Amino acid sequence: MSIFWRRFRRNRLAVAGAVVVAFLFIIAIAAPLISPYDPNEIDRAHILEPPGPEHPLGTDDLGRDVLSRMIYGSRISLSVGFVAVGIATIVGIFFGALSGYYGGWVDRIIMRFVDIMLSIPTFFLILAVIAFVGPSIWNIMVVIGLTSWMGVARLVRAEFLSLKEREFVLAERALGAGNMRIIFSHILPNSMAPVFVSAVLGVAAAILVESALSFLGIGVQPPTPSWGNILTLGKDNIEIAWWLSVFPGLAILITVLAYNLVGEGLRDALDPRLWGSER
Amino acid sequence: MLNYLIKRLLEMIPTLFGITLVSFFIIHLAPGKPTDILTELNPKITPEARKKLEEYYGLDKPIIVQYGMWLKRVVRLDFGESFSTDHRPVMEKIWDRSQPIFERRLFITFFINALSMLLIFLIAIPVGISSAVRQYSLFDKVTTVVVFIGFAIPSFWLALLLMMLFGIHLHWLPISGLKSMNYESLSLIGKIWDRTAHLLLPVFVSAFGGIAGLSRYMRSNMLEVIRQDYIVTARAKGLPESKVIYKHALRNALLPIITLLGLSVPGLIGGSVIFENIFGIPGMGQLFFMGVMTRDYPLVMGILTIGALLTLLGNLLADIGYMLADPRIRAK
Repeated sequence: MSIFWRRFRRNRLAVAGAVVVAFLFIIAIAAPLISPYDPNEIDRAHILEPPGPEHPLGTDDLGRDVLSRMIYGSRISLSVGFVAVGIATIVGIFFGALSGYYGGWVDRIIMRFVDIMLSIPTFFLILAVIAFVGPSIWNIMVVIGLTSWMGVARLVRAEFLSLKEREFVLAERALGAGNMRIIFSHILPNSMAPVFVSAVLGVAAAILVESALSFLGIGVQPPTPSWGNILTLGKDNIEIAWWLSVFPGLAILITVLAYNLVGEGLRDALDPRLWGSER
Repeated sequence: MLNYLIKRLLEMIPTLFGITLVSFFIIHLAPGKPTDILTELNPKITPEARKKLEEYYGLDKPIIVQYGMWLKRVVRLDFGESFSTDHRPVMEKIWDRSQPIFERRLFITFFINALSMLLIFLIAIPVGISSAVRQYSLFDKVTTVVVFIGFAIPSFWLALLLMMLFGIHLHWLPISGLKSMNYESLSLIGKIWDRTAHLLLPVFVSAFGGIAGLSRYMRSNMLEVIRQDYIVTARAKGLPESKVIYKHALRNALLPIITLLGLSVPGLIGGSVIFENIFGIPGMGQLFFMGVMTRDYPLVMGILTIGALLTLLGNLLADIGYMLADPRIRAK
């Protein structure tokens, strides 16, 4: 663990990413305290105002403060990212563990199912299901989660395949431990490192999908602010209000970039093949 | 080799069957029915009339029977009639034979995706090679930054920014549709330029993420290959560096790239919904979006199936490419 921390800390980009992620968490939690205006307060006297001293990031077509809406929007991005990835990780671990541990026909069926899910243009499927069940934040989390577990399943399966023949597992089995005990208290904890990395990268991917859905109008519904649906207003007012397009997109870019940097940093720090390759 | 191809083609059939089965169940089991929309539009509709409608569409039957009926038509390449008010066959909406080929929706989407795939390969491979060969140079550092941004940038935001810059600010490029209003009155060269100008932004936007991903991948492959013993040998026997890189290293570094061709198809097709929506392009993605909003089951299923078929064909092409490029596999 200490080697891991030392390695992670030495990666300046990854640390910068982690700082940004922490900062975003604080913003999301403290949203009511730090946003200058009520995000839903309509002010017809000040519609589509460019950034200025009153409204640092301008106002939208109803006179709402863009900065306040973006601060509240960060809550959506973070919660969608984490819940969706949580679901994907649990489903992926479940199928991956079954597949890798039991092998045989169980493995064949599950892996064929994974292949099938990977061949469906996932964004089409997400779009269809959300449009049908109705766009709500919970539906978005669940649908993104249920369409992005395949990578985790493959990772966990590969870990299980290599770990289940190791001496410590064989020893445990010889001592009479049951399958469940071997899976949950011995193999699973040892296979978590790559899953953790892929979960961090998955948060970034889920945030991108949510923003795209909200942008298309079938994600988080106004008046609830999300970075994606502020961008929809940006598109509608593209010729007159650049600030509605520029700032929310920048927020998405920075957030996703930060998660990606942390994920890559974790991967490098956890990869023993790279240990000692740099001093 | 022929045997292998036939085996691969046969393997596609159960996968495609599985894809349609999974999609069909997910879509039909989602709460709500297409007739709900009719009811919303016309509150006077009686329960009897609604029932009649459901019978007409076959929605009253058990889902497995509905799937059987659907499958029986699809093997004859008939995706059924659209639920929308025009009741045209789905196949005709996707591939309208009364239109010239470059006005048909499937062609438009396929063409734009093919162009962006070409752009991805043409840019990413040389960029990846140069940054690997000159690791830690200024060029390498700059491309690394661009690559990280490319991974993180939402494609629709990139589209908005480019529309603002090139369309609204500079007035260099059109920002919507596939051709201008005065298209018919243009000369031949004018027509060609008009179409090209309309395609520039959509193709670039859909390629950008792929360029970032592939150049990164190419760079790490190349770095791995350069460290191999046979490259050291090639250098040791006095071959010029260009020959070492482009003849000995490149061929091996390119191999894994071919697989990526197949893997990137679903992402590109999925992305077409977004950029066709932004740029107002009348392609398959736009049609899918309309179908989804009106719960047009046959249309949604038809496009999902075609998307999956394109994905599987992409995988097959990648396999064939791999086989042609790698003598070790060919020999088996």
